[in-house]
Amino acid sequence: MIFLKLFIVFSKIGIFNFGGGYAMISLIHNEVVVKNHWLSSSEFTDIIAISQSTPGPIGINCATYAGYTSVINDGYPQWAAVLGSILASVSVLWLPFLLMLAVSRVLLKYSKTTTLKTMFSVLRPAIVGLVAAAAILLMSAENFGNPQTETFKFITSILLFIFVFIGNRIYKIHPILLLVLSGIAGLIIY
Amino acid sequence: METTQKDSNNKRMFLSFFKIGAFTLGGGYAMLPIMEREVVDKYNWLSREEFMNIMVVAQSTPGLFAINMASHIGTKYNGVKGGIICTLGVALPSIICILLIAMFFQLFKENIYVQKIFLGIRPAVVALIAAPCFSMARSAHITLPTAWIPIVCCLLIVPFGFSPILVILIAAVGGFIYGKIKSHSKS
Repeated sequence: MIFLKLFIVFSKIGIFNFGGGYAMISLIHNEVVVKNHWLSSSEFTDIIAISQSTPGPIGINCATYAGYTSVINDGYPQWAAVLGSILASVSVLWLPFLLMLAVSRVLLKYSKTTTLKTMFSVLRPAIVGLVAAAAILLMSAENFGNPQTETFKFITSILLFIFVFIGNRIYKIHPILLLVLSGIAGLIIY
Repeated sequence: METTQKDSNNKRMFLSFFKIGAFTLGGGYAMLPIMEREVVDKYNWLSREEFMNIMVVAQSTPGLFAINMASHIGTKYNGVKGGIICTLGVALPSIICILLIAMFFQLFKENIYVQKIFLGIRPAVVALIAAPCFSMARSAHITLPTAWIPIVCCLLIVPFGFSPILVILIAAVGGFIYGKIKSHSKS
């Protein structure tokens, strides 16, 4: 039953998500692509592209889109996919909400204690590792092309990767503009 | 009396958060200044100090930062009802927008030009996930003695196939125990 699975998977993603949208990409990738095979690696990358170019938190965008596409890929009709996407989004939200109701008062008191501060000083670097792992896992043959059989696509992809990386890191070009430019480049080159 | 007055603000709160959700590109942190302006300066739903406290809590609880902010603000102002109103308000625009795109995209996926565009976009997306690692590393205050943490976490996932959730759990529990020891030796 894909709906029950969607509920469990996205509830898990919601409650274990520390450190914002990019950390969530790593969790969603592991559950949706690696474990459950609801989406292919390239479909997942397309979803992130769309999530980054639309308003709202990337995590919610990703959950909505992944919920929709995974139900469609499982052979259900469109109305079921709409339900799936709403279910996935709500599943991401509900546990953190309950937790917040339970602990917000206590947490403010303890947030300045050494224990919690130290815990986050370990957790934050760990999340950087998580995001890096997500990036490495997405450097797949599906996204970049096979170096042996699709050499042209592979080299083009590597060059695009380098341009966008430098454009974002050094020249601080807006991610959406970079995505649009790479899309145009794809249209011209291929 | 006070409750009814707060309830009369429900609609305005929902619309205000809907607007925040609909018009901020670039995720959670981009919403922060707009939230502060609406909640503190424009409508006086909360004091600035309350807002700042909520920020601290929202950053240290799981979930999405922007959503957490909205839930906390709503709950602080008008209980669970307020929390639900603000959460839905901030999340609905993305859900609606993405749902429409998903339905639309399903129809054009096979189109040759759409496929060409996405061939160009995919490596760009990966670069846009790789690039923030460095700024995240800076804001996480990673120094030489702590540089092993992200490296080990990354290695656990990529060649060894650990689930990221397990890695988060290990880091949280490890950090908590280390913190306990540290605060114990302090006192």
